[in-house]
Amino acid sequence: MTETLIKERTGDTRGVGRPAGRRRPRATRPRWEEPPTAAGQTAKGLTLGAVVAVVLVPLWIVVATSLSTQATVNRAGGLVLWPEEITFEAYRVMLGDSTVRNALVVSLGITLVGTALSMAVSILCAYGLSRPRSVAHRFILVLLIITMFVNGGLIPTFLVVTGLGGYGEWWSLILPSAVSVFNILVLRAFYKDTSADLIEAARIDGAGDWRILWSIVLPTSRAVTAVVALFYGVGYWNSFFNVMLYMPTDSEKWPLQYVLLTYVNRGNGLPGSVNSGFGTQFSQTAPLSLQMAVVVLTLVPLLLVYPFMQKHFRVGVLTGAVKG
Amino acid sequence: MSGVDTEPPVRSRRLSLRVRLRRDRTLLLMTVPAVGLLLVFNYVPLFGLLTAFQDYNPLVGVWQSEWVGFAQFEALFSDSLFWGALGNTLYLSFVQLLLFFPIPIALALLLNSVLSERLRNTIQSIVYLPHFFSWVLAITIFQQMLGGAGLLNQFLRRNDIGTWDIMTDPDTFVLLVTSQAIWKEAGWSIIVFLAALAAINTDLYESSAVDGAGRWRRLWHITLPGMSGVIMLMLVLRLGNALTVGFEQFLIQRQAVGHEAADVLDTFAFYYGIATNNYSYGAAAGLFKSVISLLLIWGANKLAHAFGEDGLYRK
Repeated sequence: MTETLIKERTGDTRGVGRPAGRRRPRATRPRWEEPPTAAGQTAKGLTLGAVVAVVLVPLWIVVATSLSTQATVNRAGGLVLWPEEITFEAYRVMLGDSTVRNALVVSLGITLVGTALSMAVSILCAYGLSRPRSVAHRFILVLLIITMFVNGGLIPTFLVVTGLGGYGEWWSLILPSAVSVFNILVLRAFYKDTSADLIEAARIDGAGDWRILWSIVLPTSRAVTAVVALFYGVGYWNSFFNVMLYMPTDSEKWPLQYVLLTYVNRGNGLPGSVNSGFGTQFSQTAPLSLQMAVVVLTLVPLLLVYPFMQKHFRVGVLTGAVKG
Repeated sequence: MSGVDTEPPVRSRRLSLRVRLRRDRTLLLMTVPAVGLLLVFNYVPLFGLLTAFQDYNPLVGVWQSEWVGFAQFEALFSDSLFWGALGNTLYLSFVQLLLFFPIPIALALLLNSVLSERLRNTIQSIVYLPHFFSWVLAITIFQQMLGGAGLLNQFLRRNDIGTWDIMTDPDTFVLLVTSQAIWKEAGWSIIVFLAALAAINTDLYESSAVDGAGRWRRLWHITLPGMSGVIMLMLVLRLGNALTVGFEQFLIQRQAVGHEAADVLDTFAFYYGIATNNYSYGAAAGLFKSVISLLLIWGANKLAHAFGEDGLYRK
């Protein structure tokens, strides 16, 4: 009895000593609002619980299956809800296979190179258009925005890229989609808001536009830079259609998403892999745990950066949508 | 090059173009890479639309190919496959509008009523997540849950109820792709609605509560009017994109359910244009889609203006 009291007290007092900023204010219902009904509260909880479960449960099952032994998979009759013995065998086999290893390198390469290029081009363009009353910036802005509504479409774009010799070339996976006007508008909206006083002070100190962009504008807009980089990165990581268009036959240049499509989703075997669990016929496809390991592999990079990015989402998205 | 921010507008307008070009040359230089890429990969393809009026021959290129006028379009309009794809597109768009559109709004209202900030943020980051998955990944996950060898059928078989391979059933394909779209994007779409909710003045709620309005009345008279601008904007965007129902999603699943159910305008252009080297035919289909889409965006905006909202652009 006394113990619980003490615990309660210490629990209560622990928060008091903390700096005020760190403590979340307890959410309180406004005085004028009527208390919730039990039925309403339950319905709300169940709905939100179901929504969260619909996202998380499939992911959990995929991870659980990838970590399971063949025996557990057989016993479960397929996908596993709870791995009994955890094994990393599927990951060992998967990374031992040259096709998947190649695909991982290709995906990471395209994502890193593409994101770096897209960011450089977009940041420069956004800053170039963000200074008020600079010459021709309205005209260039209109030129950019038109592309959001009017485009040549699939086939003319395909003809231009192949006409430039893009078939089978790495750049055809990156350059045609390197610029996103939406992302430039998001960045520009932020750069416009950078303190004019700060920029003026730097100019008086003799800083040019390059210097101002690098030393003032970029450091003060880290959050939006992170969000835009995530958008670009996810775009490159997820892209598979450019591969289908420009290098459908060269399996050594396939990124992970294309491997996932051909081998997990369509159940095709992969060319060039004979010594692993990867078969050549549908009936001989790799064990389920191996397939799920490929799925997890495409998820991992995203889940690694996601927690650091997600707090900035609202800022980035809304600025683009509202101020753009 | 200096003091662009502080100079009064009148003075800067008086500067001659040469002086201004000199002053802003760095800024202009910075836009060159982006503008260049867009010129090559967005503006040059616009000229490629000319192929829709040709019998394009890859060996001689756009300039030497034979001009055929509207022959490609005539062929297109007498092609039952094309009408099938157009019908599928419109039908899918309608079903998605009906089933998808209200969900983010309801979800945003629900989430907005969660008091605990921490819980709200956690739920938000979970429902945003599928937006960042590729369509390949999303469909793989659906395949594993609902496909012939998936979790649902695993369960059905064990209980001797028989099996149902949802992933290859053309009759229910519409519902399948709509639920995929909802699973992947509904969470992400709540962002704008949450922002609209946050912008509503809370004093309105308090005073109406003091005046005796219950929670449903407040929802009807304060919350929904407060969101109407954003709802209208989203509706305009949706209507303007009525002919785009999700290219990759259909491309990936076309094999499994057959082209009758899965062909939409975009996949039509791909399969009957690129895959068969019939470029002019595909370009004609693409051009048809672009023109109708532009008309739809324009019309939807008119509609929004008629309702007194801003739409995509102001009147």
